[in-house]
Amino acid sequence: MLELEGLVVVQGDFRLSASWSAAAGDRIAVIGPSGGGKSTLLMAIAGFLAAQAGRILWQGQDLGPVPPGKRPVSVLFQEQNLFPHLTVERNLALGLTTRAGLSEDERDRIARVLTRVGLEGMGPRRPAELSGGQIGRAALARALLRARPVLLLDEPFAALGPALRAEMVALVNEVADETGALVLMVTHDPVDARAMARTVFVEGGTAWPPQDTQNLFADPPPALRAYLG
Amino acid sequence: MARGPFPLGAAATAAGLALLTLGTLAVVAVRAGGFTPAAADWSAVRFTVLQAAVSAGLSVGLAIPVARALARRRFAGRGALIVLMGAPFLLPVVVAIIGLLAIFGRAGLVNQALTAAGLPPVSIFGFHGVILAHLFLNLPLAVRMLLQGWAAIPAERFRLAASLDFDPAATFRHLERPMLRAVAPGAAVVIFLVCLTSFAVVLTLGGGPAATNVELAIYQALRFEFDLGRAAGLAAVQFMLCAAAVALAGRLAIPTGFGAGLERVARVPAPGGWRRTGDAGAIGLAAAFLFAPLLAVLWRGAPGLLALPASVWSALARSLVVAVGATALSVTAALVLALAVAREAPGRRLFEVAAMLPMAASGLVLGTGLFLMVHPFARVEDLALSVTLVVNAVMSLPFVYRLLLPQARALQADYGQLAAALDLTGTARLRWLVLPRLAAPLGFGAGLAAAMSMGDLGVVALFAGESGATLPLVVSRLAAAYRTEAAAGAALVLTLAGFALFALCDRGGRWLAGT
Repeated sequence: MLELEGLVVVQGDFRLSASWSAAAGDRIAVIGPSGGGKSTLLMAIAGFLAAQAGRILWQGQDLGPVPPGKRPVSVLFQEQNLFPHLTVERNLALGLTTRAGLSEDERDRIARVLTRVGLEGMGPRRPAELSGGQIGRAALARALLRARPVLLLDEPFAALGPALRAEMVALVNEVADETGALVLMVTHDPVDARAMARTVFVEGGTAWPPQDTQNLFADPPPALRAYLG
Repeated sequence: MARGPFPLGAAATAAGLALLTLGTLAVVAVRAGGFTPAAADWSAVRFTVLQAAVSAGLSVGLAIPVARALARRRFAGRGALIVLMGAPFLLPVVVAIIGLLAIFGRAGLVNQALTAAGLPPVSIFGFHGVILAHLFLNLPLAVRMLLQGWAAIPAERFRLAASLDFDPAATFRHLERPMLRAVAPGAAVVIFLVCLTSFAVVLTLGGGPAATNVELAIYQALRFEFDLGRAAGLAAVQFMLCAAAVALAGRLAIPTGFGAGLERVARVPAPGGWRRTGDAGAIGLAAAFLFAPLLAVLWRGAPGLLALPASVWSALARSLVVAVGATALSVTAALVLALAVAREAPGRRLFEVAAMLPMAASGLVLGTGLFLMVHPFARVEDLALSVTLVVNAVMSLPFVYRLLLPQARALQADYGQLAAALDLTGTARLRWLVLPRLAAPLGFGAGLAAAMSMGDLGVVALFAGESGATLPLVVSRLAAAYRTEAAAGAALVLTLAGFALFALCDRGGRWLAGT
């Protein structure tokens, strides 16, 4: 279980607070106006922003002193999800090992996840040779390899068109099914949010507790109503 | 973001730099005891500041018409000319001096022409000789820095000027003068700083009570008087002069000047008439002034290549070893500091200061201090090369650091989070992220450090015996012994080796960055 215990994150003049928990394997959309604190929430959980007050716990363990790379978390950033100077295979391999030589087993696993996300045979390519959707798929493949129990997505598909984005969100759900990960996915689009069982509404520096997505959209509170228009 | 672990490597590097610059100064001072500056010392200080100011002012002042002509004219060989303008920065000073002597020396081309015309000869020695050499070494740097200023004026401004039918004077007043006001002071202060610590030029062309700078006075105090107190006192004065100039430079925007990417479409308006002739004249004169001495080295040196004394080849080997060692040390230290500063690690202000300290240090005092620290354990001649290696590494570090820092910052901004999220730290981060991403600036920085070390004639002049000389020292000894042809030949070897090292590192870096 992921617990945000009286969490307060301060970034310059901006202040975000959140106090709720989410069960392992939950699928949560994070929605709200720009500058409301969606990314701040994710970056705090990922370990890039320190808590001013309160704690973030995973399965009862305080994540405060744990550096980003050691947290039980995989992140897909808005951009720069792959190193452009490395091949797709090497980018994925960094999810497993930093050794130069890959074992037969490791190569196999990388090839399998590439096939799994629809990038069969693309291992030797550079990111510059991939489309935006393919880069998203490669980043998801690495998350699949790392199999961390929390998957954070900070609008990695924002630049894609609606149809492609829907495909990617479906793939996120499949990846999460396979790894059993708790998903927190930032999005601007209510359509994407509806693909997740629950939704956190973030607005004006507060991340409200997750609610059932259908119910929330059926009867939105005034602030969400104003955002949805 | 969490600021990450305490940067041990960077802290150790910064401490090492402080020890090497401030520590060596302290060692020399302690060893020396008191120091009361004499009249000669004050005159050295005056000369130092005056010649540096005149050199900087003239370099930038004369660079303005040249840079403007290059900015607004297009002609065959323009790109090659701009690339060659980068060469004097890498040219060993002793080689430049040999070239200048061939043109402006007692038996040089200029004096031959004057004598033929029945006019009295001019002398290259003394104040104006030092200025001439500094102009030769720094004019191209100034031109390149100003040229980037011109390139940075937005195309829209020139289009606006054209649509308002500005004449050349109005264009200068409204577009070019504001740019120059922003760029020229930074360029001047960089050149001022370079000339403040000039040694080989003043050693060869200066001298005497009227033309001795602080660095040369330090050399004389150490070499001929072995007066450590005077050397340390002068070094402290030198340190304060340079620190003041560095502080001044810190307040100005410093143009880079040795970056690539000057090729772009013509859009600076190119007025015709007498201005066209003027531009051609500026470019022609600058090219003649810069390339005549280089051609003279080539011309005089090529025959000498066949009859080089054996000492040249062993000195070349020593110089290469020193250059490679100094480069490795300098690049590693600069990278460690730049990475720590880029990720805003705790203590980064101190690291920034440490990386700039060598700009204010005297290479001679640094070497002397080092020598005093280790000399109870070894002989002077055995130490000469290792001390030279360390001094060269320290002196080139600020240049490499300034090259790496913007790239390290970009790397941190673009990929810092991804690397942290993947737990890419330590050597793995170096292997998979830093080295491949920074290969190009690392190669360029290594080339710069190697060429600077290769051509340096500084501390080695103090300590090297007959057998332990580096190539620049051999060149200057041959020149001092009036073995002109051998000196020019050795100078040619030195130049080729320096440029080859630079090209090897630079190309290597770019090749690695491309794969």
